[in-house]
Amino acid sequence: MQYSISIKPFGVHAVLVEWPNEVDENILNDILHFKHYLSTNCLPEDQWELVPAYNSLTLIRLSDTIDFKNFSVTLKNWYFETEKLNLKVQRYLCKLPVCYDLDFGIDLNEVAEKLKLSIRDIIKQHTENVYRVYGIGFLPGFMYLGGLPKSLEIPRRLEPRLKVAAGSVGLASRQTGIYPQESPGGWNIIGNCSVPIFSSKREVPCLINVGDQVQFYSISRAEHDLHMIESQVGIYKIEKTPINA
Amino acid sequence: MLKILKSGFFTTVQDKGRFGFRDKGVPVAGAMDNIALERANRLLENEEEAAVLEITMTGPTILFEEPTFIVLTGANMSATLNNKPVSNYKVYKIKNGDILSYGRLENGIRSYLAIKYGFETNVVLNSRSYSKSITSLVCLKDNYQIPYAPCDSFEPKISELKVDDYFDEVSLGVAKGPEFEMLTDKQLEQLFGSEFTISKDNNRMAYQLNEKIDVHDKSMLTSATLPGTIQFTPNGKLIVLMKDGQTTGGYPRILQLTDKAISILAQKKAGEIVSFKLF
Repeated sequence: MQYSISIKPFGVHAVLVEWPNEVDENILNDILHFKHYLSTNCLPEDQWELVPAYNSLTLIRLSDTIDFKNFSVTLKNWYFETEKLNLKVQRYLCKLPVCYDLDFGIDLNEVAEKLKLSIRDIIKQHTENVYRVYGIGFLPGFMYLGGLPKSLEIPRRLEPRLKVAAGSVGLASRQTGIYPQESPGGWNIIGNCSVPIFSSKREVPCLINVGDQVQFYSISRAEHDLHMIESQVGIYKIEKTPINA
Repeated sequence: MLKILKSGFFTTVQDKGRFGFRDKGVPVAGAMDNIALERANRLLENEEEAAVLEITMTGPTILFEEPTFIVLTGANMSATLNNKPVSNYKVYKIKNGDILSYGRLENGIRSYLAIKYGFETNVVLNSRSYSKSITSLVCLKDNYQIPYAPCDSFEPKISELKVDDYFDEVSLGVAKGPEFEMLTDKQLEQLFGSEFTISKDNNRMAYQLNEKIDVHDKSMLTSATLPGTIQFTPNGKLIVLMKDGQTTGGYPRILQLTDKAISILAQKKAGEIVSFKLF
């Protein structure tokens, strides 16, 4: 589908391309198709970085400035070209193990009370749902996940915590996500994911890409501890299945 | 090897930065004052990518264990080599056993120590720049050792550079950011008609400014940010993202600093004044 896109300068080294201001899977797909086309045909990886998020794609030129006037015309043409092609961008469904033990899910009781759900129902709904990765940012490997069921929407905590453990799985308004590292945070913590999504020590540092789908599954405390050790020594593999784009 | 005898306030290894992982949330990092980095590496005829030490506020005491050549740039911290004063922007020959120490901060806040061929610490995700949760070290501590390739002879084409420094510059050149158009006439007047003070919340991630401008209630979807992006929070606060800044954010990006303005700001400390000028 063809959208009306807007192209704006973002300093002299970057250009921001924006799609309609909505959280929408079709928009995200269109952005990722365009990104794929640009990185394979137009903007070499060693000279450009392309950062997709929700309804935008930011193109950053690494060592040179951009002549915005000419570039924006070329970019529009490239977008039309992309639309003519029937591009397939490979995406994956990634299954992530979460331990919803009360030792990790330190806000589970409070969340259950506020949402008027049992802990079992929270876990059921959180794991049944499939989420889409709309962006990665804020911290290395932090995923902006879309698709939280309405029944799990809960405001962030009034007082943010100074320290939230790495791997904590949280809920905050329409979002759910995982803290990739220990950091301050105001989300309601319902569990812990034993697999680090990001590690600079791995050859492929981030297990997940923007556009992928994520589904959580509940594991026991013992499985969680085992996965932690397996991840530390580098033998744990997440379950990643290709989905047709 | 170079040995850190005393670590000083905050000293890190930095190069041009870490590129290629911003879509995974990895900050660019790299030298805060890129002008000082480039001048240092150019004087030593190093590769552009050569890594240097970025020294903040108070400097370390350093022992060199191999012969080499060094250049100091950026802030003037009254450095001495074996107790003799050394100047910035000048190539010095180093012998085994030489000791470099730093004294009073005269101007700026970030000083750079470059070495012939660059420091040879581990490359992590294409860069040697220290960065939280990316590299195992966040800053250098007492007794740490940093490897470098020894160099006995080097005839620099230029052995000293007379440069204009920019420590007294107050005006920061800016371009309109993607959400610039949201600003009201009042806010524009506040932005361009007044001066702003650097908050004590200033570091490699971001510089906050003390004075607020009129509040807003614009909400937007999270989108990319860059070093030098000025974010505008709903309560009217201005946050200038710097080299370790987050790669995405949900606050309107009203202005974008020029490369030179990033260097100027990187040499400012809490309480100093800046103003903005559209170019």
